[in-house]
Amino acid sequence: MSAFRCPACGYTYDERQGNPREGFAPGTPWSEVPDDWHCPDCGVRDKVDFEPVDGDE
Amino acid sequence: MEAAAHEHHHHHGPVVDLNPAAWTDPKRYAWLLGLIVPLLPFIAWSLVALTGLGVFWFYGPFLVFVIFPLLDAIVGLDAENPPDSIVKWLEQDRYYRWCTYVFIPVQYAGLVFACYMWADGGLSTVDGIGLALTMGMVSGIAINTAHELGHKRASLEKWLSKVALAQSGYGHFFIEHNRGHHVRVATPEDPASARLGESFWAFLPRTVSGSLGSAWGIERARLERGGHSAWSIHNDILQAWAMTVGLFAVLAIAFGPVVLPYLLLQAVLGFSLLEVVNYLEHYGLLRGKKEDGRYERCLPQHSWNSNNVASNVLLYHLQRHSDHHANPTRRYQALRHVDEAPQLPTGYAGMIVLAWFPPLWRRVMDRRLLDHYEGDVSRANIQPRARRRLLARYGGGAA
Repeated sequence: MSAFRCPACGYTYDERQGNPREGFAPGTPWSEVPDDWHCPDCGVRDKVDFEPVDGDE
Repeated sequence: MEAAAHEHHHHHGPVVDLNPAAWTDPKRYAWLLGLIVPLLPFIAWSLVALTGLGVFWFYGPFLVFVIFPLLDAIVGLDAENPPDSIVKWLEQDRYYRWCTYVFIPVQYAGLVFACYMWADGGLSTVDGIGLALTMGMVSGIAINTAHELGHKRASLEKWLSKVALAQSGYGHFFIEHNRGHHVRVATPEDPASARLGESFWAFLPRTVSGSLGSAWGIERARLERGGHSAWSIHNDILQAWAMTVGLFAVLAIAFGPVVLPYLLLQAVLGFSLLEVVNYLEHYGLLRGKKEDGRYERCLPQHSWNSNNVASNVLLYHLQRHSDHHANPTRRYQALRHVDEAPQLPTGYAGMIVLAWFPPLWRRVMDRRLLDHYEGDVSRANIQPRARRRLLARYGGGAA
């Protein structure tokens, strides 16, 4: 399981936790998050701009 | 607090050459002046009581549209930024968020007071309308407070944001603004970004209906991803509107249905005030498209800014709008002036009044926009209907 971070605000999508509020149950892989999904915190960057987070943060 | 500041200081190491504790925020206590707005019905009442003149029920619009533009002209500009090294420290200082939290109880104390005056205050219809206009200013500027709170991650602040929006019935705003406007700002697809050649009066119905439709679509998509219907109790828009319906119902039961037309009037004025601010924030500005067909990310040059102190204090630095779009979750006290951002000729308060008079607006703003694009009108966000005419008039490029 990996995590992906918004380069604008630092919001991190962790596949283990998903984002239930956004409709992504825990365990939802990043590949199932639609490409037109935007950062839920800042709205500045899109899914495709997110950067993988190294290690277990 | 001192310790936290130092920790931060060391963390950032060699680039930082300044002791944060040595920097004092010149606007720190000025932010309390924002509370003038929710106090407006009480101030108006005091002025009427002192002078015996009913005209002071109109004090709200007088303050926002006459006194504040004058204050902007007199007090002038302030481009000072907090040093980068203390932005985080400044953001965690809870004093600043309490300035916005306190707005909300005062706002609702004022609304109850206004309803009492409409129902039992012996006001003439004209005085009642004056008070409704004053309450419309509270309603509209409460949307600005809701805006500050709605961008934060904490659920308490998101909830307070909804509460602040209940008075104007504009609860869908914090969905549309955060997830719609911020994503599509300065593009033709954004209902809340005004176009060159579009008057405020043409923009108003487009933004009101477009934002509503967009908010609903965003919320429906979110709910459907989670397997819910749009018509569910989890719908944030329906929750927020239910607050307004509940609020107005309670007030009508407590004070009588006589308050309803006034409540309606102040709500419409409130969201119209928000929308005129939307109009001027991105007028004519357009993000370019990248090779992959996506818009370039929102840059400082995609928002109109102003460093007028008076309007900035009134609106929690909303006029430092470029930094807000670059860093939407950043707290108001830490927003920075950006040199690359196009500047308005005066503060938002004065620009609002100008926007009501399209020929004057065009005279002041179209030239400024054209200068921003170095004379190339085709780089602007142009109202489709006016495109041909504007390209002809300003000698457009290839587009």
